[in-house]
Amino acid sequence: MKNRVFSAKAASAPYVVWSVLFVIAPLVFVAYYAFTGSDGGFTLVNISKFFSAYFDTFIRSLWYGVLSTIICLIIAYPFAYWLAHSGASVQRTCVMLVMLPMWMNFLIRTYAWMNILQDTGIINAALSKLGFDTVHMINTGGAVIFGMVYNFLPYMILPLYSIMTKIDPSMLDAASDLGCSKLQSIIKVVLPQSVPGIVSGITMVFVPSVSTFYISQKLGGGSFDLIGDVIERQFTLSYNYNLGAALSLVLMVLILVSMFFMRRFSDADSDGEVLM
Amino acid sequence: MKKKTSVTGRICMALVFLFLYAPLIYILFFSFNDSNSTSLFAGFSVRWYKTLFTEEDIIVALRNTLILAVLSSVIAVVLGTAASIGIDACKKGWFRTGIMSVTNIPMMAPEIVTGISMMLLFVFVGRLVNKSDVLGFPTLLIAHVTFNLPYVILSVMPKLRQVDPHLPEAAEDLGMKPVRAFFKVVVPEIVPGILTGLIMSFTMSFDDFIISYFTSGPGFQTLPIAIYSMTKKRVKPDMYALSAIMFVCIFILLVVYNFVQARSQRREKK
Repeated sequence: MKNRVFSAKAASAPYVVWSVLFVIAPLVFVAYYAFTGSDGGFTLVNISKFFSAYFDTFIRSLWYGVLSTIICLIIAYPFAYWLAHSGASVQRTCVMLVMLPMWMNFLIRTYAWMNILQDTGIINAALSKLGFDTVHMINTGGAVIFGMVYNFLPYMILPLYSIMTKIDPSMLDAASDLGCSKLQSIIKVVLPQSVPGIVSGITMVFVPSVSTFYISQKLGGGSFDLIGDVIERQFTLSYNYNLGAALSLVLMVLILVSMFFMRRFSDADSDGEVLM
Repeated sequence: MKKKTSVTGRICMALVFLFLYAPLIYILFFSFNDSNSTSLFAGFSVRWYKTLFTEEDIIVALRNTLILAVLSSVIAVVLGTAASIGIDACKKGWFRTGIMSVTNIPMMAPEIVTGISMMLLFVFVGRLVNKSDVLGFPTLLIAHVTFNLPYVILSVMPKLRQVDPHLPEAAEDLGMKPVRAFFKVVVPEIVPGILTGLIMSFTMSFDDFIISYFTSGPGFQTLPIAIYSMTKKRVKPDMYALSAIMFVCIFILLVVYNFVQARSQRREKK
C-alpha cells in the first residue's frame, strides 16, 4: 500500500523537474535581467524607466484593458444568461459557435477587421453609398479597444456560461414565487452565484488585453502603443533585453497582485479547477 | 421551468454572433477575390486557392505547425497525466499547493511574459554553449510542451478525483498486480480527461503565436509566425484562402466532435 503511493508520487517527478527548468528558471532570468545592466552589474535603471519613460504607455494599456474587460462583461453576461436558459441543443450549438472563432488565427481575424474598419473599407463604402458621411474608425484608440473586445469576448462568455448552467433553476422559480421581479431575481439570485465565473472571465480577458501587442499595431496604426508593444520591441528591434525584462517583470507583478485580490474577493479555490 | 429565451434575448444573441463572425465571413468572401486586394472586390475566382498549393513556405510552415502541435501535445499528455497521478496521490500540503501554484503560472502570466522569459533562458544557455542560433525547433517544442502541461493537468486531475479509490484496491484483492490494476481500472476512467487535455493542447499549440514568436528562430517557422510576417506587409487573399480552408476543417471537426459527444451523453442518460 505504502509502496504504491510512493510509486504514484514518483510519477510526478518528471513534471516537477520540467517545471523547475522551464517555468521557474525562466522567471528567475526575467528578474535577473530586470535588475542588471548590459554590463551585468546590479542596477535599478530599467525598473525605474517603467515609472518614468513608459508610465503613460502603461496607464493607457491599463485603461484599455479595463475598458475592454468591462465591455466584454456587459456583452457576455446577458448572452451567457440567455444561453444558459435555452434548450439543450441550442446550448450545444451556440457554445460550439462561440468557440469556433477562437480556433482561427487571431492575427488574420484582426487583419480582417483592419480591412473592414479602414476608411475605404466596406463599412464606409456602405455608408457613403447610402448617402451618409464616412466615419474614421481605424487607427483610433476605440479601434484598439474594439479589437480587444472582439478577440477576448469568448473568454468571458464561456466561464460565465458554465457557471450559470450550474445555478439551480428552481431557485429562480422560488424567487419569483416569493414575489421577485425578473430583474430582482437576477440581481439577488443569479449575480451572487455567478461571481466565480465573473472573476475568471475578468482575468481571462484583462490579462491578454493589458499585455497585447499585435492588436494595437494593426488597429491602432502604431500611434496607440501599449506596454506589450514596448516590451516586444526590446526583444525584436532594439535588443535591450534588460529593459524588456524589467518592463515584463513590473507588468507581471502588477497582474499577479491584482489577481490575488480578485481571488480573495471571490474565495475561489484554485486547486485543480479548470477555468473554462 | 420553461426553457425559452425571449425574442429580445434571441436578437441580442444573434447580434453577438454577427460580431464574432463578421471578420470570418469577410475572410471567406475575399478569399474568392479575383484581384490581389483584400478590401476591393474585383470578381469571383478561385485562383488564390490554386496558388496556395504552390507556395512552398506556407506549406512548410503548415507542416512545421502540425509536427510541433502533435509532438508537443503528446509529450504534454504523457508528462501531464503522470504528473496528475503523482499529485493526486499526495495529501494536501505544501508540496501539493506549491505544485498546483506552479501549474497555474503559465496560465496566469501574460503570454508575452512567458515567451520572453523562456527566450531569456534559451539565449542564456545558448551563450553558455557558444551557440548563437539556439532558437529553433527544440526551443519551440519545449515552450509548447510547457504551456500545454497545465491544460492537461487541469483536465486529468478532476477525472482522477472522481475515481473510486476502492476500485484499484478491489482489483488488487482479486489478484492483479498494482501496475496492471492501475492500467485496467483507473486509466479507462480518466481517458475522457486525457482526451480533453490532448485536444486542448493540440489546438493551443496549433494556434499559438505570441510564445512561439519569442522562442522560434528563422530556421523553423510555424504558420502563425509566417502569417505574422506576411501581415507586416500587405496581405494577399491567399492568406484568406488558407484561413477559409482551415475554418472549414475546424468546423467539420467541431460538428463531428459535437455529434459524438451528444450521442454519448444520450447513451449515458439511458
